[in-house]
Amino acid sequence: MKNQEDAHRAAYVEEARDLLAELEASLLELEHSPGDVDLLHKIFRGLHTVKGSGAMFGFDDIAAFTHDVESVFDRVRNGLLGVDRRLLDLSLRACDHIRALLDPREEQEAELAATGAELLAGFRAVAGAVEPSPARPAETSASEKSRPGVSRICRLRFRPHGDMLASGNNPLLLLEDLAALGDCRCYVHTEDVPALEDLDPESCLVWWDCVLRTEAEAAAVADVFVFVEDDCELRLDVLDDGCAGDGEAVHRRLGEILVSRGDIREEDLEAALAAQRRLGDILSDTGLVSPGTVASALSEQQAVQELSQRTCDRSDKASSIRVAADKLDDLVDLVGELVIVQAQIRQAVEDRGDPALRGLAEHLERLAESLRDSTLSIRMLPIGATFARFRRLVRDLTAELGKEIDLVTQGEETELDKTVIERLGDPLVHLLRNSIDHGIEFPDVRKAAGKPPAGVIRLSAAHSGGEVVITVADDGAGLSAQAIRKRAEERGLIPAGAEMTAKELYNLIFLPGFSTAKAVTSISGRGVGMDVVKRAIDALRGSVEIDSQPGRGATITVRLPLTLAIIDGLQIQVGAEYYVVPLGLVEECVERARGGDGTEPGMLNMRGQVVPCLRLREAFAIDGDRPVIEPIVVVTVDGARVGLAVDRVVGEHQTVIKSLGPLYRDIEEFSGATIRGDGRMALILDVAALVRRAADPDGSHPALFAK
Amino acid sequence: MAEAANSNDNQYLTFTLERELFALDIGSVREVLELVNITRVPRTPDYIRGVINLRGRAVPVVDLKLKFGMGATERTVNTCIIIVEVNLEGEATVLGALADSVQEVYEMESSQIEPTPRMGTPIKSDFIRGMGKSGDQFIIILDINKVFTSLELAGLAQTLGEAAPENAEA
Repeated sequence: MKNQEDAHRAAYVEEARDLLAELEASLLELEHSPGDVDLLHKIFRGLHTVKGSGAMFGFDDIAAFTHDVESVFDRVRNGLLGVDRRLLDLSLRACDHIRALLDPREEQEAELAATGAELLAGFRAVAGAVEPSPARPAETSASEKSRPGVSRICRLRFRPHGDMLASGNNPLLLLEDLAALGDCRCYVHTEDVPALEDLDPESCLVWWDCVLRTEAEAAAVADVFVFVEDDCELRLDVLDDGCAGDGEAVHRRLGEILVSRGDIREEDLEAALAAQRRLGDILSDTGLVSPGTVASALSEQQAVQELSQRTCDRSDKASSIRVAADKLDDLVDLVGELVIVQAQIRQAVEDRGDPALRGLAEHLERLAESLRDSTLSIRMLPIGATFARFRRLVRDLTAELGKEIDLVTQGEETELDKTVIERLGDPLVHLLRNSIDHGIEFPDVRKAAGKPPAGVIRLSAAHSGGEVVITVADDGAGLSAQAIRKRAEERGLIPAGAEMTAKELYNLIFLPGFSTAKAVTSISGRGVGMDVVKRAIDALRGSVEIDSQPGRGATITVRLPLTLAIIDGLQIQVGAEYYVVPLGLVEECVERARGGDGTEPGMLNMRGQVVPCLRLREAFAIDGDRPVIEPIVVVTVDGARVGLAVDRVVGEHQTVIKSLGPLYRDIEEFSGATIRGDGRMALILDVAALVRRAADPDGSHPALFAK
Repeated sequence: MAEAANSNDNQYLTFTLERELFALDIGSVREVLELVNITRVPRTPDYIRGVINLRGRAVPVVDLKLKFGMGATERTVNTCIIIVEVNLEGEATVLGALADSVQEVYEMESSQIEPTPRMGTPIKSDFIRGMGKSGDQFIIILDINKVFTSLELAGLAQTLGEAAPENAEA
């Protein structure tokens, strides 16, 4: 029992974190469009859910705090209060506070309470005379104790007896109570009201048909009428319990509704249908039902349709499910193995040459491929959530530094593997901080340079071929090639006077221990940063590049593979061993004849360009003779082309990446291994590391590999 | 886990390297494979022969004879790979060990196992947990964790030369 409760609480914490993230995003959006009513509703709803389920799972402090914040937003929503920066500041801090409350630590309790009180005082000041209202008990008892999110549609026929008013009950109040439970549509029947001269003003002659979409239990709905049970005729039907099935079931046709209400018999309906006129007209013409009854039924039909439509719209979000990440990882592993077995089957079938078997194998191949694609797509998440996080970061940092910066994001919907997104956050934060701190100038400097005082940082993501390109571009001061050269020479990263293009110089900032900013601030400039970024991106098998126009800004481009689990690879053979080069890096394959004495220089003349060439046989100390015609795979590494001399190019190959395990953790040249069709392993080359090492065996001039 | 260990407590898998009889605690042995193709990882110590595909996982294989200085294991019909689970830096790791031949599962009471003699053993006494006996022949019971911990990457890193460049740190 206890465990179950803990599990619920854990689920709440997780859900609340998501809600807070959404809330934060909405708040930041609200800053740009203060009048957006939809946004306000969204924020209000978010707060309400945090509060409601918080109270349910015993986070009373959260519920209490959020309640007060919610009441402020209630006023905003009702137009009683404007949105301003102060309110947003407070609200964002309130989000932080709730987040802290989710994970309370003993020692912080007093501090948290103080923050909470301070924030509330702030809210009160902003809201003017917002009374610190006590939590409304009615609300909690009615709508919040039921299962959240599951709503049902109820149909009520409420027919007060004529003498109901005499007993002091007001049917309108009851209907109002009913409406408080959820979304309520009422249709009033006035057919029984006589002409004015015959009217008895003390008796109740009208009655109602109501359709209610609510999250409350049916019993709670019936409870509304508990005191008038004897004074009225009440019929309560639950039409749709929880929108569990498809919404279709409740979109019943008028005739069916009437039949199920007992207003007409099925035979009458069929007879009426036979006469090809509008059903409602026919029924009322034939006098089976009064026009009012038909109108009421029609309004019910419409209401149910609309309401369940709305529920289903909302449950679009609920149609996704939360799955533990490791289960997904297992699935991806299994699919990876399936792909391997499938490759083995294909090879075996080709050896055998049985056409029937080949057909089956091809079918299997197609299935395995689509299974692989859809499995990998499950792990894909839009990068937008990460971007939203940055909005807050930029807002806070600009305030701290006294700069003005707009963050413009683009391509939020770009999808990336979950692992990639998780591990991308920190490097992107580094890049953004760098742009905010070093890139964008202070407003007065910008004005002096003839630029608008507010800087712009563009953060965009887009698919490009098999990779995702993320760029961070600012319109700040840009990089100074001179300063970088000076610094690099001081640090011994490049030989004095080395000939390098501006772009090569810019990319030196990714070397360890490089920082040109004189001032060390709390944000960046501690001499770490860009090298950390590079290392993190390398670990994701991506690349990072910077370009800059002095005075106009800098653009950092990060290229990442879509997934970490499976890549397209080019298989090559050296001696008896097979290796895989990631296909994305391969530019072309050329051949060259081996010189007579086998001592040709390690260079390749490619259409007049000199391309350094690395012989894998030597790099890996593999015995044996090189072939007479030596294939060379030309790859791009860190923007430069390098040739890899091999014995044979086998061909393209779907490569499932397997880790080499802890024993080989320190081997940089291989990023993993894969399984060949015949069941043997082939190592996957980390070409960048391989080239880096070959160019610079003792690691003295790490910059030179870039050449 | 504890229970399983109890029932297997006195059982050992015996195997040969050259003419010597060795044994491993059966609890650490996962399975025995025929010799399959081993993919060599360049520029690693010779005694780490490379990796094999164990049902889709890359499992490193160690040549115990090279490790013990008894020369490289030759490929014969009897050559086997014993898959063991060892503890590398606190991490359970699956490794393969080459053996000239695998003999049997042999039961020995702890009373039958004698402490390691201080000298005269064919391999470093650190790797030996104790000495058993089968008929007239001694069985060298290996301390598998020590054998494999000593292959640690210290040796690997040396062969590789430098790690990531660490100069010029601010």
